[in-house]
Amino acid sequence: MATRTRPGWRDLPEKLSSGSRWIAGKFRVFEGDRIGQTGLVLLFGIILIGIFGRPITLDLFGMSQTLQPFSLAPYDPSVSHRGPDGRLLRLEGPSWAHPLGTNHLGRDVLSRVIVGARVSLIVGTIAAFMAVFIGTNIGLTAAYFGGWVDDVLMRITDIAYGLPFLPFAIVLLAIMGQSIYWIIFAIVIILWRSTARVIRSQVLSHKNRPYVESAEAIGASNLRIMYIHILPNVLPLAFLYAAFAVGYAVIAEASLSFLGFGPPEMISWGGMIFTAFNQDAIRQAWWWVFPPGLMIMFFVMSVFFIGRTLEMVVNPELRHRE
Amino acid sequence: MGLRAYVLRRIGQLLLTYFVFLTILFVLFRMMPGDPTSVFILEGLPAEAREERIEELGFNDPLYIQYFDYMRQLMTGEFGDSIIYREPVVNIIWDKVANTLFLMGSSLILAYTIGILGGALMGWYRGTRFEKIGIVGVLTARSSPEFWIGIILLSVFVFWLGWFPAAGMRTVGLDSGEGIWRFLNRDFLWHLFLPMLTGAIFFTATPALLMRNTMLDVLDEDYIEVKEAEGLPERRILYRHAARNSILPVVTVLAIVTGAAMGGSVIIETVFNWDGMGRAIVDAVNRRDLPLAMAAFFIMGSLVIFMNFVADIAYVYLDPRVEYE
Repeated sequence: MATRTRPGWRDLPEKLSSGSRWIAGKFRVFEGDRIGQTGLVLLFGIILIGIFGRPITLDLFGMSQTLQPFSLAPYDPSVSHRGPDGRLLRLEGPSWAHPLGTNHLGRDVLSRVIVGARVSLIVGTIAAFMAVFIGTNIGLTAAYFGGWVDDVLMRITDIAYGLPFLPFAIVLLAIMGQSIYWIIFAIVIILWRSTARVIRSQVLSHKNRPYVESAEAIGASNLRIMYIHILPNVLPLAFLYAAFAVGYAVIAEASLSFLGFGPPEMISWGGMIFTAFNQDAIRQAWWWVFPPGLMIMFFVMSVFFIGRTLEMVVNPELRHRE
Repeated sequence: MGLRAYVLRRIGQLLLTYFVFLTILFVLFRMMPGDPTSVFILEGLPAEAREERIEELGFNDPLYIQYFDYMRQLMTGEFGDSIIYREPVVNIIWDKVANTLFLMGSSLILAYTIGILGGALMGWYRGTRFEKIGIVGVLTARSSPEFWIGIILLSVFVFWLGWFPAAGMRTVGLDSGEGIWRFLNRDFLWHLFLPMLTGAIFFTATPALLMRNTMLDVLDEDYIEVKEAEGLPERRILYRHAARNSILPVVTVLAIVTGAAMGGSVIIETVFNWDGMGRAIVDAVNRRDLPLAMAAFFIMGSLVIFMNFVADIAYVYLDPRVEYE
């Protein structure tokens, strides 16, 4: 009787758990690295603000279920506040009732800054992970198969490199309408390219190593070699690129919103600065402009700081460009 | 593969990329809502005149004929008439190109000067407090979107100190001369300073971090140790031997950064009301001035693609160790 071999998929949980153990092990690099620790703290804070900023309710089949009742924001961000005399509180400076003042419509700036975290978090993570997912798959496929597959995929990557992001995104949003989905789409279309190139060169260096050759020799399928043997080895690099990609995606979303191409009803940090800028309020209403600007900066800093720490571990040779 | 063959192949790829880029541009702008005659409705022109105009512009032709017309027009620099300015786009676009190139060019020169010197010092003083502060500073600058840097500079230098003008390129009504003197005069440079600084701060991170990284590699090489043993002064080793040998990768990414700066100009020009291509594309898209938007997009994309090509070629020419693949 022939020896029974374990079916291939059985290895998968093991591979995944070893991958996550690898990452957990790498978290040790944050020990003694102030920059990386600062990044983790900032990111954690912003995630908390995003989750607890406003209550989250889920509407399913006509039933409304409150998932998270807590509200960090002191007011509903879309309510216009009035003074005791019934006058609209337009562009009021900071006070006890409104720690960051009000905007031109009498809305509470602090509440809007808190709620704005959600857009950045959602766009940043979704766009970055989609971009890195696409980039990793394209890089892996191109390098593994080589030949015309590689040629075609790399020419597509060249074309993505030829599109200037902001002009492309502006025109796309003008055609498709200003929605958060198209903003994410525009970011992903541009952002996957750097991951694809880096993963490709990394896979190329793995392709001829003995472990791949022996997998081929025992008749492993292409997909199996690509995703079960090679991918775990380049995954750390993909994670690193994901960290930087979150930063780029947040800057990209903020820039588009600042130019006025975000959905008008969406509360985002870039959009707040756009409105303040257009109302000619940046000269006097610093409380309306500085908080969202600082938040964007802190968010991007957090992922860049974390990325820098990971970079030293993942690949000391690697030069981060773009 | 030899160098010649590599360059030829790369030119082939460039043409292909460019062709696809132009096609994407065609598709995007044909999908844009509203057609170039919408403005005629506002002016209350009779429907017949509008029909005539549509016929004249070739919008009734089959798509493939429109496509060939479009390619021919781009190649010959015929961009049509701008709706905002009411004159041919060619008459106004090149001024804007010059303004953008002047702004981003000076920004990048400043960014590279600071970045290379700062990066060299960070590599040289590795492991010290200075290096750490430098890295945090550079990463913080890189984490700030250009409009945020611009607004901070505006708040400090314009609203608070009042040293610089808030917007624009020239003082209205001031005669600034002709030709190159339109740029090389005090009034213009005074207007240029803040937008240039905004770009410089944002773009310093790439050369600085790259320079630091390659410095670290170079400083490990034996010949640096030899020079130290020879008793050369520290400064001489830093500039003559270490920094000089680290600069190559920094130079090769210059072309890529220049391409990226094209996108950045959109934001900086909006903040400082700078009359360049970036602001033109925002205005044009907002006001549905398709010919102007397309011309600006076309020129920016062409520059980006060309700079990427230059980066690849420069890389193999400058570094003999590179394999052509």
